[in-house]
Amino acid sequence: MTQEAMTMLPEPVRDRLVDESPLAIRGLTVSYGEKPAVFSVDVSFRAGKMTAIVGPNGAGKSTLLKAALGILRPLSGQVTAFGHPLDEMRARIAYVPQRASVDWEFPARVIDVVMMGLYRELGLLGRIRPRHRARAMDSLARVGMEGFATRQIGQLSGGQQQRVFLARALAQGADLYLLDEPFAGVDAATERAIIAVLKGLRDEGRTVVAVHHDLATVPAYFDRAFLLNVTAIAEGPVAEVMTEANLRAAYGGRLGPAQQAV
Amino acid sequence: MLWQALTLGLGYNATLVTLGAAMLGIAAGATGVFLYLARRALVSDAIGHATLPGVVAGFLAMVVLGGDGRFLPGLMAGAAVSAGLGLLCVSWLTARTRLHEDAAIGAVLSVFFGAGVVLLTVVQGLDSGRQAGLETFLLGATAGMLRAEALSIAAGGAAVLALVVVLRRPMVLVAFDPQHAAGQGVNLRGVDLAMMGLALAVTVVGLKVVGVVLIVALLIIPPVAARLWSERVGIIVVLAGAFGGVSGYVGAAVSATAPDLPTGPLIVLTCFALFALSLLGAPARGVLAAGLRHWRFQRRVHLRQGLLALASGQPVYEPLTLRLLRRRGLVRADGVVTEAGRARAARARLDERRWQMLRSLPEFEAASARHDGLSPLSEVLTPDQLVALDRHLGPEGTV
Repeated sequence: MTQEAMTMLPEPVRDRLVDESPLAIRGLTVSYGEKPAVFSVDVSFRAGKMTAIVGPNGAGKSTLLKAALGILRPLSGQVTAFGHPLDEMRARIAYVPQRASVDWEFPARVIDVVMMGLYRELGLLGRIRPRHRARAMDSLARVGMEGFATRQIGQLSGGQQQRVFLARALAQGADLYLLDEPFAGVDAATERAIIAVLKGLRDEGRTVVAVHHDLATVPAYFDRAFLLNVTAIAEGPVAEVMTEANLRAAYGGRLGPAQQAV
Repeated sequence: MLWQALTLGLGYNATLVTLGAAMLGIAAGATGVFLYLARRALVSDAIGHATLPGVVAGFLAMVVLGGDGRFLPGLMAGAAVSAGLGLLCVSWLTARTRLHEDAAIGAVLSVFFGAGVVLLTVVQGLDSGRQAGLETFLLGATAGMLRAEALSIAAGGAAVLALVVVLRRPMVLVAFDPQHAAGQGVNLRGVDLAMMGLALAVTVVGLKVVGVVLIVALLIIPPVAARLWSERVGIIVVLAGAFGGVSGYVGAAVSATAPDLPTGPLIVLTCFALFALSLLGAPARGVLAAGLRHWRFQRRVHLRQGLLALASGQPVYEPLTLRLLRRRGLVRADGVVTEAGRARAARARLDERRWQMLRSLPEFEAASARHDGLSPLSEVLTPDQLVALDRHLGPEGTV
């Protein structure tokens, strides 16, 4: 439906058609070569909730996030954020990539990485003021890393690296947080710290969407789940989505005994 | 003569040329840091070599049009066009074929340079008078450089440097984490294009001074040398600029005293000398410092292990450990532990227990990350923290 046609509709109808969801994906297809990694996915993530994107390896979970953000170019599809084209809403969206995707030997200190979350605000030449530094330090404190501000990033453990990435997203002060496998290869203490921060964000009314691998912890960590295996299988409250039938549809015969125990 | 050259005492023209070369070096060093951090440094080699056919074609075009074939801005324009084409070829090959970037660089570099050399040879066979000297663009020459040329090189370098300052944030953002940068709405292709554009500008500006073959050295060596000194991008950029500037300055000054030597190699050799000094002497990542640190660390480990062995009453056989203990008077020549040795051993054991406890407590995480098995805890914790820690340790803590 075109923009003009939209404005001609009576308001109650229009409200039902405009998806105000923090992230609404329509008909998204991404393909590396001829085989689609994500095929014709429709999903709207619920505001103020924590949603896990769950699915087997190669299901296109990370690809979905990257394509939604325009990091990968999708073959087709439309993405809106908070009811607007995504590009207009970037300031309200924070993305936390997989920590293994960067070179941690890069010459930077922890505080420098966190300050990178302020790029949209600072722009090319904006002066870094004390309030910016204070925000970066607050973000570090929220993930329990304030003592590491001047530490070289190459000296951090995997869990600490992940928390620095989260702090960088916090510094941005976004309303929607998209995380790609935030618990991959981190220690138990970090996992607890991260989930506490994410739940804190949710309780402030912000929206959290995370690619998650461990089926066993989905009910404890998340409000909702989105089951994906190239195509969308189901989205909704965890208990309604993680049914045996849905899991079989997503995982086929590949569900290991540990995961079947859910 | 050399001293005069280095102190800018060889007249106005030579001074301008030297300062122009220094400005070029500063711009090249600062630009190079971003290429190096983004792992795109070798692309600048393709850019450099790809300028040659453009230089010769520019010369031919100007001669055909009846002008002076050696008019520098014309040659620069030709160089920029063919380097731009080379850059397009590299990015097209990388994006549209299964070639990796290194293979694409190798292919483009050699084909463009080969074409340039053929063109150059043909031109030198022609009888158009002043084409002699075109080959100085291979390795650079500052002898006989015009005042206007020196000034335009300095101005070009300053312009590149200004752009680097403006673009530094997005370039760092993309170099460290392109996905996060893209998520923030940074145009990755745009930033890459800008970075390559800066490298191209440095190459074209440095054409006359450094030459097409060696410009890559001025873009790569200063950043690598600067990286040895610091762990912060801002400082590395300043240092790389300084190294590049000194190289340009010294190279051009030496070249003024020995006009037969091509300027490019002199600049690059100066640059390399700075790199060699950094590699040896830099306190953070230099070879000497690293060796010394390792030597000291090994001794501390041996001493610590020796003390822990003494504390638990085990015999020490390891020769280095034994030597260290004896030299400090902790063990007598006949192997018997001295009074001082017993005291040190008890302290070492307490420290070891404290560290173990500390590393199991989440509230000490920041301190625990500094665990090296050696540092006394009294250097890591405040006295209050130490008391808090000893409370966890129970009666043992009051030893």
